[in-house]
Amino acid sequence: MNPQIEQLVRDAHQTGDYRPLIEQIPYARMIGMRVLRLGEEMVFHLPISKDNIGNPVLPALHGGVLAGFMELAAMLHLMVSMNSPSFPKIIDFSVDYLRAGLSRDTYATCQVWRQGRRVGNVAITAWQTRSDEPVATARAHFKLD
Amino acid sequence: MSIEQRARNFLSVLRHCQVLGMTVEQADESGLVIKLPYSEFIVGNPVTGVVHGGAITTLMDSCCGISTVCYLDEFEICPTLDLRIDYMHPAEPGVPIFGFAECYRVTPTIIFTRGVAYQNSREEPLAHVVGTFMRMGKGSLDLNRPPRTAGGAA
Repeated sequence: MNPQIEQLVRDAHQTGDYRPLIEQIPYARMIGMRVLRLGEEMVFHLPISKDNIGNPVLPALHGGVLAGFMELAAMLHLMVSMNSPSFPKIIDFSVDYLRAGLSRDTYATCQVWRQGRRVGNVAITAWQTRSDEPVATARAHFKLD
Repeated sequence: MSIEQRARNFLSVLRHCQVLGMTVEQADESGLVIKLPYSEFIVGNPVTGVVHGGAITTLMDSCCGISTVCYLDEFEICPTLDLRIDYMHPAEPGVPIFGFAECYRVTPTIIFTRGVAYQNSREEPLAHVVGTFMRMGKGSLDLNRPPRTAGGAA
């Protein structure tokens, strides 16, 4: 438990502004992740950045960055939906790449399929142009404290 | 060109891998080792200083993808179809992470890879990884060719 993080999660929940929370996560800052709050829904946003490119020919977003963005999205989604004061710990992560993730803005939404006492299961969908044409889908298990 | 040189060339064109400071440590017919140095930019948990899984996924996606040069005679771009990572325990802060990957089955269309992420020794993995890659044909890394849009990321 960390009182500062706990307060940030509570503030983010109330105000819908996740920037102060994301500012505390260096990896999220490095890839440039943002969060949009639409009503009660959260949409995660990864703006285009040349530092996130993998394959230079397409050019394409690095598959690892896309996966990292989706894992972060799942972690934050779970934290906020549980109002958790601590960071859930990743147990496993599985991603299917469906289309080339081009060098474009990328979005992700999450669905918690199961939240037990000790483990949470989250599905993540990432898209670029249309939400019904995902570039990747993933699912993750997290250990909850 | 040696396998190790081809692996270095491959890694050197992947911009995000350069941003993370990844380097090829070893590459031969038996597989590939890539080093990911610790840096404060890749921390996922500010309370503990533990590296975010995303950086480890990037290491292992790159490592599995580049390990294809250990088996293929010529460069081929192989987009990732899927990747799965099982975390055995968190990485120790302040210490580099190594990724090892090998191809355990190569067909004309698909390459199956597996590997581990570790800090002290390969026998004490932080994470186990399996990844499947699609073969797009020879010469697909040729910068003069028109862009191809089929397949996955990376």
